[in-house]
Amino acid sequence: MGKTITIDPITRLEGHGKITICLDDNGDVDRAFFQVPELRGFEAFCVGRNAEDMPQITSRICGVCPTAHHMAGTRALDDLYGVEPTPAAKAIRKLFYNMFIFEDHLIHFYYLGGPDFIVGPDAPAEKRNILGVIETVGVETASKVIEIRKRCRALMSQIGGKVIHPVLGLPGGVAKAFPEKQREDLQVFGKDAVAFAQFSLKAFADIVLGNKRYVETILSDTYINETCYMGLVGKDKKVDFYEQDVRVVDTQGKEIVTFEPRNYAVHLAEHVEPWSYIKFPYLRKRGWKGFSDGKDTSLVRVAPLGRLNASEGMATPLAQEEHDKLYDTLGGKPAHNTLAWHWARLVEVLQAAETIRQLADAPELTDPHVRNMDLQTPRTGIGIVEAPRGTLIHHYETDQNGVLTGVNLLVATLFNSAPICLSIEKAARGLIHKGKVNDGLLNMVEMAFRAYDPCFSCATHSLPGEMPLSIDLVKPDGTVHAHISRNRK
Amino acid sequence: MSDYKPKIIAFVCNWCSYAGADKAGGKKLVYAPNVKLIRVMCSGRVDPQFAMEAFRKGADGVMVLGCHPGDCHYRSGNIKAFNRFSIFQRMLAQFGIEKERFKLDWVGAGEGERFQITANEMTETIKRLGPLSIRGFVESEVA
Amino acid sequence: MTHKPKVAFYWCASCGGCEETVVDLAEKVLDVVAKVDIVFWPCAMDFKYKDVETMKDGEIAVAFINGAIRTGEQDHVAKLLRKKSGMIISFGSCSTHGGVPALANLTSRKKIFASSYHHSPTVENPEGIEPMQTSQVNGHELILPEFYETVRKLSDIVDVDYYMTGCPPTSDNLAEAVGVILSGNLPPKGTVLSPNKALCGDCIRNETKPDNMVVERIRRPIDIILDSETCFLQQGVICMGPATRTGCGALCIDGNMPCTGCYGPTDNARDQGAKMIAALGGILSENREMETNEILERLTDPAGTFYRYTLAASKLGSVRKEE
Ligand code: SF4
Ligand code: SF4
Ligand code: SF4
Ligand code: FES
Repeated sequence: MGKTITIDPITRLEGHGKITICLDDNGDVDRAFFQVPELRGFEAFCVGRNAEDMPQITSRICGVCPTAHHMAGTRALDDLYGVEPTPAAKAIRKLFYNMFIFEDHLIHFYYLGGPDFIVGPDAPAEKRNILGVIETVGVETASKVIEIRKRCRALMSQIGGKVIHPVLGLPGGVAKAFPEKQREDLQVFGKDAVAFAQFSLKAFADIVLGNKRYVETILSDTYINETCYMGLVGKDKKVDFYEQDVRVVDTQGKEIVTFEPRNYAVHLAEHVEPWSYIKFPYLRKRGWKGFSDGKDTSLVRVAPLGRLNASEGMATPLAQEEHDKLYDTLGGKPAHNTLAWHWARLVEVLQAAETIRQLADAPELTDPHVRNMDLQTPRTGIGIVEAPRGTLIHHYETDQNGVLTGVNLLVATLFNSAPICLSIEKAARGLIHKGKVNDGLLNMVEMAFRAYDPCFSCATHSLPGEMPLSIDLVKPDGTVHAHISRNRK
Repeated sequence: MSDYKPKIIAFVCNWCSYAGADKAGGKKLVYAPNVKLIRVMCSGRVDPQFAMEAFRKGADGVMVLGCHPGDCHYRSGNIKAFNRFSIFQRMLAQFGIEKERFKLDWVGAGEGERFQITANEMTETIKRLGPLSIRGFVESEVA
Repeated sequence: MTHKPKVAFYWCASCGGCEETVVDLAEKVLDVVAKVDIVFWPCAMDFKYKDVETMKDGEIAVAFINGAIRTGEQDHVAKLLRKKSGMIISFGSCSTHGGVPALANLTSRKKIFASSYHHSPTVENPEGIEPMQTSQVNGHELILPEFYETVRKLSDIVDVDYYMTGCPPTSDNLAEAVGVILSGNLPPKGTVLSPNKALCGDCIRNETKPDNMVVERIRRPIDIILDSETCFLQQGVICMGPATRTGCGALCIDGNMPCTGCYGPTDNARDQGAKMIAALGGILSENREMETNEILERLTDPAGTFYRYTLAASKLGSVRKEE
């Protein structure tokens, strides 16, 4: 019987998460588990609710990405009531959604993932935080981040009532029209957003890509996992956060399938383990093959790099250029480098910014006709959007009054949860030998994990600077063998 | 089950139903002794919280009895009560409480018999349903 | 050594939106950070308890706790934090009234497990596996906290000094509360740190309410095009304004959607659902010869509408559980 290493707390997908690394008798890594010790039961307690309340209720699954749930729910309502949103409503939704992707990705980059790179993976823990980022990039840039995010969120609350748990979505439309007098504001913001996205990509290129060691880290085998990839694509198979079909590619980048939201259950299934409250999705036709990657794997990775891998490119011109640069550097598409998630995230920030700029000029945006009232008798509704953290699926069944009788939700981080176990296992294997834990373990494991941005609340990380982490090495008799701690206070 | 004595709380309007109950008592009409009367000035004054509180404190059934439509001393207190408790009753099932455990009815001042019948019927209904216990409830006060 | 008071944040069954509020303080964060020492609280389990237990009692000046109590772990840590903190602030609707997670009190643990692990259209679980508190994989023991039958609010578990409501509270609310606490000029224990009056009083649509409002028919927001100036109740759409504490600035109404009640009831209303039923009963049409069925036809989910955020504080408690 081996030892167990627990890293706790690590995430908060639906609550908290912890990593447990189990060693074998030789003291080498046997398995790594990413456990989510909580369950809320939305699928059960939403039964009996009015379907149109779902965009607001389900946004409470995650206050970090409430807009993703809100929009998946709204899309599911369109489907449920068989109704197309009006052109203005669609423009407003897409605008709101791209603003959300823009600011959410940015905060992840600067507050959460960024410190690993901007300040550097080897920097002392107390520097690897937003304050360290400020030191590196300068106060001016840092206040720019705060400022652009603030402007973005102010505009969002005008459109959606609230930013955290917005209220705009209704079947066939949105609650509130976009006033013409605000268009100019939005156009200015759109321009600034594009500029800021480009600036961020340049900072990444200078600081990270210009540093040989960082690039080596990104390319190193420790941070490679070969999996399938999945993401929403528009009609032309380009990355789209808001609509159309789901595309899945294999480890070689070959298309396995592109399916309509309606058919999600034909292609996706979930596996249950007794040691975690969350489930592990996989490709149904390939069957559950356990926690393993490689050519035949049935695991799919989602979110920025997963989306780029699953697409045939970006929907906007500037982002497409950056997309090409990324794959050139990483040696082709698909790229399996877990740490390149950060880079892909910035490419998406640019696409979101360009989309905002386009929509700011769209004539239909300010049309007051924002609801299509031609609702059909409800029965089944399925809506899929791309959350910042990956493909998000809402499936509702109702009676003829639109009162829910069944709910199924596949949240983004689920898809990455089995791959997270793999990534952690791999990082741990490189760093734990014969019971000896390398001091870099905490950072490396944390980096592997954090690349996925699994809903670890920005707040908990950004203010104190670092996650308070500690690892205990526990002997089979339960006594503590060694303790490594990064808990500052 | 036969010796089960249901606890029933009845909020009765002072101007009519209370008098009706009084009449039933005066006429020595037999009605189930399990019905505890709480006198109120008008059925319109019965806050839904009172009924909730009654269930929470262990009542198996709750009644609100007021003046017949048109007879309310405060014009429309009874209609408001009717509207409120129609909503309330719709909601009870969602808490796992059978809607028959709540009853709103009209009993005039002279209607001793009507009171007797209403009380007895309610008692029978509750006997059939058995005791109610709201489980999983946390006693601490609401902030 | 720092002499600034230590402030801790801890999250229970929470969505993280409450912490976003902290981030949204934006530049105000710096003012706060200058005055207090923020100790973020790890979600301690197993070994971590030791670290926590070695702290002196009362070492933390103020602990903000958000999220409802759903698992044994949350219960345990809340109690531990109570011991180590001078002041506990229940932050947000989840911790103060149960919040959206407490809608689970309308169902049961059994049903939650059934829908999550057995009946979902995507679950493939021929062996009927469910998560367990302890499980063995390759001889390794893995532990999960207990999943409670009922969702509780923080004050059911520990003594709470002050409450903040809202899902989430706004960052202005937070800045104000921190100001009050730092001033040392504290209101009586148990106070909700938001004005004790109903939202309608702060709503611009209040003026559109006629003196004698009559609702002819309840409508759901999907039934009509929502007028952007008239009081929602006047349009027949349920707006929780009359039964909800003010403090948010009527945000949802600004988004042209009715209030769903996230700031909870005022002190005198106590039970938010009961208050709303009373208010609604008072304005429903009276001249339909008691034909309320038709009027109420579209009130399809009263419990979920009136107690969207306060089920853990409802006087009716949670649904009667099957034995
Ligand atoms: S109160 Fe609202 S924002 Fe805060 S944790 Fe609960 S659901 Fe999230
Ligand atoms: S009921 Fe709603 S819309 Fe009407 S005044 Fe009150 S808060 Fe405003
Ligand atoms: S309007 Fe109501 S639901 Fe919306 S934020 Fe304010 S209190 Fe909460
Ligand atoms: S006075 Fe009897 S019901 Fe109003």
